[in-house]
Amino acid sequence: MSINVTPAGADVSADAEHGTGRHAAVPAQRARRRAKTPLSENKKAERRLGWLLCAPAALVMVLVTAYPIVYSVWLSLQRFDLRFPDQREFIGLENYVTVLTNEFWWTAFGVTMLITVVTVAVELVLGMGLALIMHRTLVGRGIVRTAALIPYGIVTVVAAFSWRYAWTPGTGYLANLFSDGAPLTERASSLAIIMLAEIWKTTPFMALLLMAGLALVPEDLLKAASTDGATAWQRFTKVMLPVMKPAILVALLFRTLDAFRVFDNIFVLTAGGNETSSVSMLAYNNLIRGLNLGIGSTMSVLIFLTVAIIAFVFVKLFGTAAPGSDDGERR
Amino acid sequence: MAVDTTTRAKLRWGLLDVIVVVFALIPVLWIASLSFKTPATLTDGRFWPREWTLDNYRSIFTTDQFLRALVNSIGIALIATAIAVVLGAMAAYAISRLDFPGKRLLVGVSLLIAMFPQVSLVSPLFEIERQLGLFDTWPGLILPYITFALPLAIYTLSAFFKQIPWDLEKAAKMDGATQGQAFRRVIAPLAAPGLFTTAILVFIFCWNDFLFAVTLTSTERARTVPVALSFFTGESQFEDPTGAICAAAVVITIPIILFVLFFQRRIVSGLTSGAVKG
Repeated sequence: MSINVTPAGADVSADAEHGTGRHAAVPAQRARRRAKTPLSENKKAERRLGWLLCAPAALVMVLVTAYPIVYSVWLSLQRFDLRFPDQREFIGLENYVTVLTNEFWWTAFGVTMLITVVTVAVELVLGMGLALIMHRTLVGRGIVRTAALIPYGIVTVVAAFSWRYAWTPGTGYLANLFSDGAPLTERASSLAIIMLAEIWKTTPFMALLLMAGLALVPEDLLKAASTDGATAWQRFTKVMLPVMKPAILVALLFRTLDAFRVFDNIFVLTAGGNETSSVSMLAYNNLIRGLNLGIGSTMSVLIFLTVAIIAFVFVKLFGTAAPGSDDGERR
Repeated sequence: MAVDTTTRAKLRWGLLDVIVVVFALIPVLWIASLSFKTPATLTDGRFWPREWTLDNYRSIFTTDQFLRALVNSIGIALIATAIAVVLGAMAAYAISRLDFPGKRLLVGVSLLIAMFPQVSLVSPLFEIERQLGLFDTWPGLILPYITFALPLAIYTLSAFFKQIPWDLEKAAKMDGATQGQAFRRVIAPLAAPGLFTTAILVFIFCWNDFLFAVTLTSTERARTVPVALSFFTGESQFEDPTGAICAAAVVITIPIILFVLFFQRRIVSGLTSGAVKG
């Protein structure tokens, strides 16, 4: 695609792009310039343009996330209830003690963890199946892909209402089919329905990420395995899965962190009743119903830390497979 | 014999296709069906309506509550999408075409934001926006939407931009086109599909949001449809809002269905390229 000189052979992709740069220079000249005087006028201009173009995006992202997180750390160290603003004062870690010794917090934490683990596990299996169907089906590929995108695109609240009415005694087609009572008034069945709604909504996203991985599996390799007498299952576990590993890890990481944020479905389905609150639901209730900024911020910080730990563990365990790393970028 | 196996394989795949389609569509059909039921048959528990009516739609379009929310939803999502795509395109252009220090950092930061627990921002943003007077306003929602749409926009657009044969620009200039012409006639048409796909994905994200909309608004001024839906009470205290909720739900599902029907291929390629190439 381009004439390009790779000085140290380091970052092939970046240099390939670079070679096509606007500032057309004779390659040899360019290589020399790079090696000796790293900052020519062109180079400086390119840097400036790069920074200039990225600045607005970077600024917005940092202002709307980093600053509030720091601010919420500050708020979490205060007694700050909007109903009693006069009593605002610095109280150190007292809020953390309050939250971490509170059984509601731990119940919500447990619920969130349970939903995360179960839904992500189920979605991985279903998503893999759906990815295989979308990728390999001989008929109606367009129809399947279109249908699968509907759960992905639909407003979560809409889907949640659909499930809620489906399980409402009298109204719903599912409630009348499967149960005598009101499933959304009991804890276990409520949690099951919340998970069902989550799985329905997000399996297609998982499947799309996995399908991107499937596209990387060389067809020749599958044919060769098949000629050598590998069964379909062997082809799947011995050929496809190893090639897909990075895609699977990315999908798992994204879905795990996303599942941990579960909120919309719970809000509509149970409103957190019968101990079905997730940590997000609890933080919302503390803020909007309780108007307690100190406690709400403490929960914000704790959720942030939990998610950071999950992400860290993922990246540590699976190393370079994290998206944004070179592996992912270059394919 | 060979024909026989392919037919059987096709049948098997066809059956799997049907399962997927049914599984995906049932909840949507169900809420649509509810929205056409009359109040008398609403609780009959049947999947399809026995009597059809448009009353639910008539009622939501005559109440201010829904119309205001719809205007808010459309306005906020469109503005946020436009800004996010422009800012994202600038950054993605720099990432895919220019060499500058800090590039990896930017990619890293956007990845972190893509994984950021949004609920962590709810309490601090609530307080910050209250102090700045942004609480319960359009900009108050547009800002967080842009922020969380940007990683998506940057990833998808960089993936698209990397596929554009930029040499064509040089070729056009050699043939005598000015920089502006080269951009307008050659590069812009090549980049347009990527921008369009990104815009759809970002719009779907903004359209879907519930968490920010429910915490950073308090009145009809900026409340979007998903939130209005969850607070619908019906015209009077004694009226069951189910029909109205379902009708409103169907209305906000229509744009999604249209996007998916017409741009399936683009959405799939946008999501997969952005996600895997990072």
